[in-house]
Amino acid sequence: MWKHLTLPFLVAALAAPMASAETVEGLRTPDAFDTIADDTERSVALFEEMLLVIEHPRCLNCHPVGDAPLQGNLAAHQPPVVRGANGFGRPGMRCSTCHGAENVAYAGPKGSIPGHEPWHLAPLSMGWVGKSAAEICAQLKDEERNGGRSLAELHTHNAEDGLVGWGWNPGAGREPAPGTQEVFGALTKAWIDTGAACPEA
Amino acid sequence: MISFDLNGKKVSVDVAEDTPLLWVLRDELKMTGTKFGCGIAQCGACTVMLNGMTRRSCVTPVSAVEGSSVETIEGLEGDEAKAVQDAWTGIDVPQCGWCQSGQVMSATALLREMPKPTDEDIDNAMAGNICRCATYVRIRKAIHDAADKLEG
Repeated sequence: MWKHLTLPFLVAALAAPMASAETVEGLRTPDAFDTIADDTERSVALFEEMLLVIEHPRCLNCHPVGDAPLQGNLAAHQPPVVRGANGFGRPGMRCSTCHGAENVAYAGPKGSIPGHEPWHLAPLSMGWVGKSAAEICAQLKDEERNGGRSLAELHTHNAEDGLVGWGWNPGAGREPAPGTQEVFGALTKAWIDTGAACPEA
Repeated sequence: MISFDLNGKKVSVDVAEDTPLLWVLRDELKMTGTKFGCGIAQCGACTVMLNGMTRRSCVTPVSAVEGSSVETIEGLEGDEAKAVQDAWTGIDVPQCGWCQSGQVMSATALLREMPKPTDEDIDNAMAGNICRCATYVRIRKAIHDAADKLEG
């Protein structure tokens, strides 16, 4: 019977578990906000759900407001490295001195060193640590500070970027960001589609 | 079989892909100048050059260096390496010596990119190389001495 099934049917069938679930790994899907009638209010609520990811240590650690990354649960990075000119560290001590193309389990103790290609800090203009929801929201939408991204490009970044995606695949010893990158991308799209409104505070 | 260039010579090893490069260097290839310190990229004793950049070999699966160039303390060459070696012996930097091959790798990497580093440049480059004998003051002085010598 399989040969009679059409591709759209299969796609719909595969997508069904996510579409019907309102919470995936601690992150609500966009349809969970359908009951909010006002577009702007729904947009703000969607952004606040996105913040569960944005303000998770997996994301905040490399979006610091200073020159040093954080690690673990927003603790100081050890060793005490600095961002350097492009967020890749300084001569003699680049991020790639320790962080390779993938997470690597330690050979002895429990745990792992995180990795991805590339591995680097977000630019200073994208620092989020200690900022309010309103400030982060404004930052994300401001092309002067978000790397020149339109809202559509911001969606692509959140939904598809590999280093963003690392947040859900952080290696042994680290809690992943809530949800999945797919849900985060869907929330971003729904936020944009409802006007990309920001919280007031 | 995994092959890479080690200090200018091609080597091949038949080990599991996730074997740390440090294990391969020391146990398979008997290149024991690179040291094991912490095993979790916190101390810098295992530093080698991977394609010319510093790399902690204790957290580098050997599969990641397939076809790459690896330089260890045994094969470190060039003007900067010589200047660092001379500066190190000139003021007797090492005490116990355990961390020193890693220190020399990082110092050489710094000078290859930055011939006249400031104290801050040195501190940033050497931040991941811990010395249990606390020879940090001599390390910094030796890097300045090496830079002066390179300047001529």
